[in-house]
Amino acid sequence: MSERPPIIQLKGVTVAYGTVQALEDVNLTVPEGAFLAIIGPNGAGKTTLVRTILGLVKPVRGEVLVFGRPATALGRLRREIGYVPQMHAVDLRFPVLVEDVVMMGRYARLGLFRRPGRADRAAVERAMARVGVVDLRHRPLGDLSGGQRQRVFLARALATEPRLLVLDEPTTGVDAHTSRSLYELLRDFQQEGITVLMVSHDIGVVSQYVDGVACVNRRLVAHGRPDVVLTDATLSEMYGCQAMFFHHGKAPHMVVRMEEQEQ
Amino acid sequence: MMDFWHYAFMQRALLGGVMIGLLTAVIGVYVVLRGMSFIGAGVAHASFGGVALGFLLGIDPLWAAVAFCLAVAWGIGAVTRRGGLKEDTAVGIFFASTMAFGVLLIGLMQGYNVDLFSYLFGSILAVTAADLRMVLGVGTLVLLTVALLYKEFLFITFDPETARVNGVPEPALYYLLLALVALTIVVSIKVVGIVLVSALLVTPAAAAYQLSRSFGKMMALSAVFGVLSVLVGLVASYYLNTASGATVVLTATLIFGLAMLWRRLRPA
Repeated sequence: MSERPPIIQLKGVTVAYGTVQALEDVNLTVPEGAFLAIIGPNGAGKTTLVRTILGLVKPVRGEVLVFGRPATALGRLRREIGYVPQMHAVDLRFPVLVEDVVMMGRYARLGLFRRPGRADRAAVERAMARVGVVDLRHRPLGDLSGGQRQRVFLARALATEPRLLVLDEPTTGVDAHTSRSLYELLRDFQQEGITVLMVSHDIGVVSQYVDGVACVNRRLVAHGRPDVVLTDATLSEMYGCQAMFFHHGKAPHMVVRMEEQEQ
Repeated sequence: MMDFWHYAFMQRALLGGVMIGLLTAVIGVYVVLRGMSFIGAGVAHASFGGVALGFLLGIDPLWAAVAFCLAVAWGIGAVTRRGGLKEDTAVGIFFASTMAFGVLLIGLMQGYNVDLFSYLFGSILAVTAADLRMVLGVGTLVLLTVALLYKEFLFITFDPETARVNGVPEPALYYLLLALVALTIVVSIKVVGIVLVSALLVTPAAAAYQLSRSFGKMMALSAVFGVLSVLVGLVASYYLNTASGATVVLTATLIFGLAMLWRRLRPA
């Protein structure tokens, strides 16, 4: 069985805010091309895990590698990360047009001082077409529905031409039908070779689209294929006790890598 | 009709005033969208301490205020980011302490109080040629910086976290923006005064915010409103024989009121 190289590796990662441990001794390997959902109860450290992977939070112990490099020293490789933040991270009354939001995805590639050119406008056009927001391009962000807004942020992430796409609770406040179409889009991106990492509440639905589930509750207990690990027993264990992580590659060719955890 | 233009002091007032109206309106867009209005007020009051320090040490009070306000703006930024305090708490600490510092210094010297009052309330009609050079020089520098980093400042104001994820040097740009706010305030205080500069930082941008669907439009409208406030306010104060700084600020407030009214009355 051939295994794709890991795009994300966490080794013994502990993250603390002051004296409070948000994550404890997390080991996780995500192979390139995976579609992984991070699930867990509120306050379990899902967002902290994502922020650690993105290099926004420094662990007090352990090592975080993204694209084989330390997450806090990615340099230019940062441009290859597409990011969709939590919805409340952004002021929805901010006066900005849809196409201007999507163009922000090009800013890091452009570098300081430079203005967007033809290639950037083309990339924005492609990204908007891909998620179906071309018609909304001249609308202000504040006019959109929750689902439309998430598509716009997804378009912005796509405009970065990412190798790794990270989404933090992309379906908060979005209806079930819209959520499903968002997951379908993400699965399409995965099939085009983009690694997708998504924090989600939506365990039942998500498991139909992802090929790996990682459950976290401060600690990481196990990770693997959703149909294998998402049993009643493990769910009650996750929400009832400490934590778990499941994760796996795309069936049937990818290998499930289980990190050994001490409970 | 245009007799006010024949006076050199009025020409300097108009020229300096237009630059300050433009400058505060442009920087004010970031101040309003980032919710930093209180920082403007805090740094403006801190400049009082800087001006007093300049008088005491015998250096140009405006340059002393530049150094002092930069230190205070960065201090607010650092306490907010590293101390885990909310920005308004950090401002509250610096606001009171630097003002108290200024008052303390005034107590140590006698006879300078009249000059200090001109900084508190501004005296646009007493702008000297040297003041004008400083306003135009610093103003050009600040506006040029904003033009060069327009897209970066938009990104870090709208979504700082994603900017960081993508590798935009967000912390450095944040401190640079704080520095631009501090510089804008210091060059404005001689003209409109410490008490009123925070109004110019907020009011034209807030008026533009009412009427804007896009960032570019808000920037352009804010600049127009800022310049208009100064021009109309100055000319009105000349003919009405009212305090210039106060008339400028009340003109800006009137524009804000009209913008709100227009937003409510215009067809959707």
